[in-house]
Amino acid sequence: MRRVVLAVMLSLALIVAGAAPALAQGGQVEIVNWWTAGGEEDALVALFEVFREQHPEFEPISSAVAGGAGTDAKAVMITRLVGGNPPDSFQVHGGAELFYSYVDPGFMQPVTDLLEEWGVMDDFNPEILDLVRGDDGEIYSVPLNIHRSNVLWTNQRILDEHGLEAPETIEEMFEVFEALEEAGVTPLALGDLNRWPTLHLFENLMLATMGPEDYNGLWDGSVSFDHEGVIEALEILDRALDYVNPDHAALDWQGAAELIVEDEAAFNVMGDWAEGYFRAVDWEPLEDYGWTTVPGTEGNFMVVTDTFGLPEGISNPEGAEAWLKTVASREGQDAFNPIKGSIPARVDPDVDRYSIYLQSSIDDFAVDTLTPSIAHGSAAPEGFVSELEDILNEFVADRDIDHTVNRIMTIAGDYLE
Amino acid sequence: MRYQVKEKLVSLGILAPSIMAIGVFVYGFIGRTIQVSLTDWNDIVSFMQGEFEFVGLENYFRLFNDTRFITGLWNNLFFMLFFILGALALGIMMAVFINDKPRGHFIFQNIYLFPMAVSFVVTGTVWRWIFAPGSPRSPRGINMLFFQLGRPELMWEWFTSTFSIGPFNIALVTIIIAAVWQFSGYTMAMWLAGLRGIPEQLIEAARIDGASKWQIFTRILFPMQKAITLSAVILLAHISLKAFDLVYVMTGSGPRNVTDIPAVYMYETTFRGNNYSRGAGISIILLMMVGILIIPYLVNTFREE
Repeated sequence: MRRVVLAVMLSLALIVAGAAPALAQGGQVEIVNWWTAGGEEDALVALFEVFREQHPEFEPISSAVAGGAGTDAKAVMITRLVGGNPPDSFQVHGGAELFYSYVDPGFMQPVTDLLEEWGVMDDFNPEILDLVRGDDGEIYSVPLNIHRSNVLWTNQRILDEHGLEAPETIEEMFEVFEALEEAGVTPLALGDLNRWPTLHLFENLMLATMGPEDYNGLWDGSVSFDHEGVIEALEILDRALDYVNPDHAALDWQGAAELIVEDEAAFNVMGDWAEGYFRAVDWEPLEDYGWTTVPGTEGNFMVVTDTFGLPEGISNPEGAEAWLKTVASREGQDAFNPIKGSIPARVDPDVDRYSIYLQSSIDDFAVDTLTPSIAHGSAAPEGFVSELEDILNEFVADRDIDHTVNRIMTIAGDYLE
Repeated sequence: MRYQVKEKLVSLGILAPSIMAIGVFVYGFIGRTIQVSLTDWNDIVSFMQGEFEFVGLENYFRLFNDTRFITGLWNNLFFMLFFILGALALGIMMAVFINDKPRGHFIFQNIYLFPMAVSFVVTGTVWRWIFAPGSPRSPRGINMLFFQLGRPELMWEWFTSTFSIGPFNIALVTIIIAAVWQFSGYTMAMWLAGLRGIPEQLIEAARIDGASKWQIFTRILFPMQKAITLSAVILLAHISLKAFDLVYVMTGSGPRNVTDIPAVYMYETTFRGNNYSRGAGISIILLMMVGILIIPYLVNTFREE
């Protein structure tokens, strides 16, 4: 009989030993993020340095999940939150993504009181705070940085060689494209292996054809997706696809930026994280690469903001609050952003620490109209984004505008009331 | 207590936790997945609060009207077919070659088997580099090789091609090549084990009777290896339904989903789009497809035993 009991005990012990969770240690603050590329990781390390200085009693631990735009990190985060094992804080895009995936299901605690206690509420750009403010008026995460996504990057050397200028209107854009095509240069670099870059391009064209009021109206239901600007944007996308590199489906966004660096393509529509790539290969701003807004979107700022929130039921609340305080601080934002290649969400940056491009972006940000990005989760729920990516992925091959508009109308009915 | 009874209790005691764990974590979750696939859990809020409605088979009807899912099914079917044929043909050829014990057969045997030891994620990345087409002006990968060799007419779009013959997307060829490369060594190992069990005298006798090598292969070796070949087919077939990692890393779902398979769609719609019930529906369809392959095989095996 004793052997029977022993056998049961032993095998049970094995199971328990395998399943026992690693116990969290006292002063550690676990932070989930998706910053694994060269410049991004360095920026996070710089922010960690500031955190250690300001709060020496805590030690930050980075749980990074690789993958651009955080698509895989989101899957990990939802799994951990549903499983009741939240990290102390995590990276999340401000806007729809924060609310549909994290706040509405009840995973998050508001941080309004903390921001007021630290007296930093007025230091943030109010329009950015609107992106993280819920219907209940509470703020649910602390914005760390702002990326601009309606940037047209140019290979300045190619433009100079052919005596061309960066276009300002859509019609000019196609004239320049045609001239480049005749000169044997790929006009527009695209890398849509991961689907979202097509949507990224499309949303910028939508902003150009619809203007910011109508574009923003799509998300509160005051404007419908059968708006003529949507159809026009699809027509422009259709035309533009004739000028992209033929291997676009085999490249990711970095592959497309590489075509610019290798002098094979002249233009690339990408967020300003692409500048980090250009600087990593020692390119000089204005000499080797240049930038302008996507034609037709001047005066608008398509915004992507990385924020950090405070989940419910965390193991180290003091540590998490200390971390958010560092994220909200001027020192923290000015340590992180120049390296990351983004601008701070605060209105009082130490401008001298930023690159020429970022300084121009800081200036634009102060006066431009803000619009939320679909591809980067700020505008619409993820179900809508992922289906729109599917639809555009088929559009790239089939180029059927009527069919595509019908399908976009269907998913808009499904996901946006 | 009688010795036999005690012995039985001991073995049951050892097995009990595993049986319970499998009951919960395999069959329990299959049941749960079926349940989810019959509901309308399509966002994280209703998922968390457990607010859902049973919608019957609506998710399944929707899937079979979904162009992406249908394309993925066709792709998986063709992938399975050509992957099994390729891995079998190449594997058997290698097994027969090694079985003749040519000089250095030990080295070759190991070289053929090595790809299997590497994960799909690694081989997928490397094959992506190999088949990345580049552009005609600056070819990459294998296209660059053709270019350098002065045969630019061989350059092709590889996995970015949207050309198709009927429902067969040509871009799949690249994934089939990668998978065959990885798993033909496996087929070889299975076949080789079987070949070593065939008595030498049998082949000697056939040879003395004047049978050619081809006749020995078709009349003796292949029929005697039927059971092993069948096992290989079953194993390869279920690997082809689970080729998520290879496709996800190597090509993604491709333009117009030319290289999509249901497993990739399941991951993307569940974890990116938060469409839990649709993802559960795809999982159940995949499970049934694996079941169609495996269950007759298992029944057959048990009956023989």
